[in-house]
Amino acid sequence: MAAISVRTGPRRRRSVEGRQRVRDGLTDTLIHLLLLVVAVIVIFPLLWVVGSSFGPSGGLANASPVPENATFDNYVHLFTQTNYGRWYLNSLYVAVINMVGSVGLSALCGWVFARIRFRGRKASMLGILILQMFPSFLTAIAVYMLFLNFGLLDSLTGLALVSIAAALPYNTWLMKGYTDNLPASLDEAAALDGAGRLTIFRKIVLPLMRPMLTFVAITSFTVPWMDFILPRLLLQSSGKQTVALGLFQMITDQYSNDFTTFAAGAVVLAVPITILYIALQRHLVTGAMAGAEKG
Amino acid sequence: MTTTETTELPAPAPDRATRGPGRAGPGLPASVPGIASGLVWGAGQLINRQAGKAAFFFAFFAALIGWEIATGNYYAGMQFTPRLNGGFFVRGLWGLSTLGTQPREMTLTGLTEGDNSIVLMANGLISLLTLALLAVVWIWSIRDAARYRADLNTGRRPETSRGYFSRLWEGAFAYIVLSPGLILIVFMSVLPVLFGILVAFTDYNRDNLPPKNLVHWVGFENFATIFAVPSWTATFTGILGWTLVWAVLATVTTYAAGLLLAVVLASRRVRFPRVWRSVFLLPWAVPAIVSALVFRSMFNGQFGPVSQWLVDMGITDERVYWFTDPSHPSLARAVALLVNLWLGFPFFMALVGGVLANIPDSYYEAARIDGAGPLQQFRHITVPIVQRTVAPLIVLSFVSNFNNFGVIYFLTEGGPDNVEYRFAGSTDLLVTWLFKLTLDNRLYNIGAVMSLVIFVIVGAISVVNLNRTKAIREL
Repeated sequence: MAAISVRTGPRRRRSVEGRQRVRDGLTDTLIHLLLLVVAVIVIFPLLWVVGSSFGPSGGLANASPVPENATFDNYVHLFTQTNYGRWYLNSLYVAVINMVGSVGLSALCGWVFARIRFRGRKASMLGILILQMFPSFLTAIAVYMLFLNFGLLDSLTGLALVSIAAALPYNTWLMKGYTDNLPASLDEAAALDGAGRLTIFRKIVLPLMRPMLTFVAITSFTVPWMDFILPRLLLQSSGKQTVALGLFQMITDQYSNDFTTFAAGAVVLAVPITILYIALQRHLVTGAMAGAEKG
Repeated sequence: MTTTETTELPAPAPDRATRGPGRAGPGLPASVPGIASGLVWGAGQLINRQAGKAAFFFAFFAALIGWEIATGNYYAGMQFTPRLNGGFFVRGLWGLSTLGTQPREMTLTGLTEGDNSIVLMANGLISLLTLALLAVVWIWSIRDAARYRADLNTGRRPETSRGYFSRLWEGAFAYIVLSPGLILIVFMSVLPVLFGILVAFTDYNRDNLPPKNLVHWVGFENFATIFAVPSWTATFTGILGWTLVWAVLATVTTYAAGLLLAVVLASRRVRFPRVWRSVFLLPWAVPAIVSALVFRSMFNGQFGPVSQWLVDMGITDERVYWFTDPSHPSLARAVALLVNLWLGFPFFMALVGGVLANIPDSYYEAARIDGAGPLQQFRHITVPIVQRTVAPLIVLSFVSNFNNFGVIYFLTEGGPDNVEYRFAGSTDLLVTWLFKLTLDNRLYNIGAVMSLVIFVIVGAISVVNLNRTKAIREL
């Protein structure tokens, strides 16, 4: 009995393993095939626009992902013949103000809501929660009507202030939620040592908040580059446009004859932001999770 | 230590305090100082012999009166009309209630300066908000005067003005730190929101533009227009229906694709999972406006490459006008959903990937020992755990798709045209329609009504979502 089993055992096992291996190989191939198809679908449009930006002709019809005579003409044209450089600086200006203002204000407010008990705290937090539900473009349209009648349109600083205010309720909730989870014992120890409240905030709480600060900083820095509704409503003259507005106009106004310049502009806008997102992806995903859990 | 000191310190003070009010008449009922403070702020505190507090409250009163007189046009023997003589508050309230009475007119000397209804409304709103804040101080002064007197009458030792203010100052820290953010929010969010709500009840549109014309209050007329005039109602219900379909399909497709890819990438069979993952994250990392505009060009009917290939390969006889062919609205909608899938799946893939990494292997081992196949493991272990963690984000994603301005506006601009709709195309969502109503057609009042409708829908979803999360309970 034992001899038989010894003789037949390995052979049968080998055949089972063989079938298993074939099936595994088949699944592996299918899985990788699926991944490959998705990757092609993901990469192709991006490759197409990058290729077009190096292409020689200005027309959309001749744009191709792999241009035959690659040139930098479109980039030269972009910065010499259009206002792109100006738009880029405008966006940078708004982005920096928005980042600094959002991080500073939301960190302060979030910390106060998390650590200090004061009258009206619950009411104001509820108010913030309700404001946060109000989609920001609805506010934007009302702001537009107000600015239009008071002659405040066309100001980049105004745009930055409105952006800060629009995101402040949400950012404050994020910061409050994060501070809630920080140990209060450190604060108390510092208070016993005689540290003032602002000192405690600066020296102890702020460094601990760094992951959330990073999240708010990245999102509030990148939003002005991509936002369309607010700048479209609040900015008018061509010298005060942001990159997103300029690109949109390029593609709607001079549709078929200047596509390659648009492509170059799109690449110049997308590359830094893409690198930033890929490099800091973990922060961004955790931050989004935290936002959802806090409502 | 410090706390005991502050409570001990004012101990000798009540002696003076009890002697002080004694002169004002010990039997005075608590309502007398209260009423006095109600008439002239701080008067009640003065009756209570609390000069410091009296000055504090009177300062607000004086500021209110002074500001009104300084900005107004008050002089002896005048004939008072709020329009010409009123100061910040009187004229503000007048403007808010009437929205102006004098339109701009052509006279012999040129154009007269008419009332600008919108400026009047905004100013009125600001003065109303200021008055509301001052009313809080007013009620505070009345309650303080009455309570202090009641404490005196029951023989308790009341707090001195100085003790009161030092306590107030301690408590004011939070308010001082919050005030910059608060001011920004009040002027850039709260005020516009209130203003937007008010505009829904006016006839502010392209036929009634200040300063040329006056705007009037019209009550619920705009709501009646949208819900009773057939062409408006048809547009509204049609767009609302598509918006809901869009939001559901957009969320489901991106979530399903993200889940599938995350599970596949988590499998040990995949070689170089990190490389694949980075590639798949690209649509999320590239700014959505760029991707959407690129797709718009690819699907351009006349020159775009997609149409060209279809013709070259012989699949279609002529070019397909994806977003501009009114006879095929579903085609434009389907393409918009596909583009949104391209844009949206990486986010869910990244999220689910993070959750999967935290599921202990022991769950799957236990399942395997019990004889569960891979599909059963997926259905009974992976999906429930992922769903529980990601559920709030699915709701958030539904809301953001409901308001997905970017994809639709950049890709199709609402097209193809729909002759049955008012100022809207077949792929228009409520948001893009609202945008067109306001900016392109200057129908501000109808736009404001739409804003309110969107707010109610989005708010209802958010409230349901919030109730399930910790946020409310932690308030």
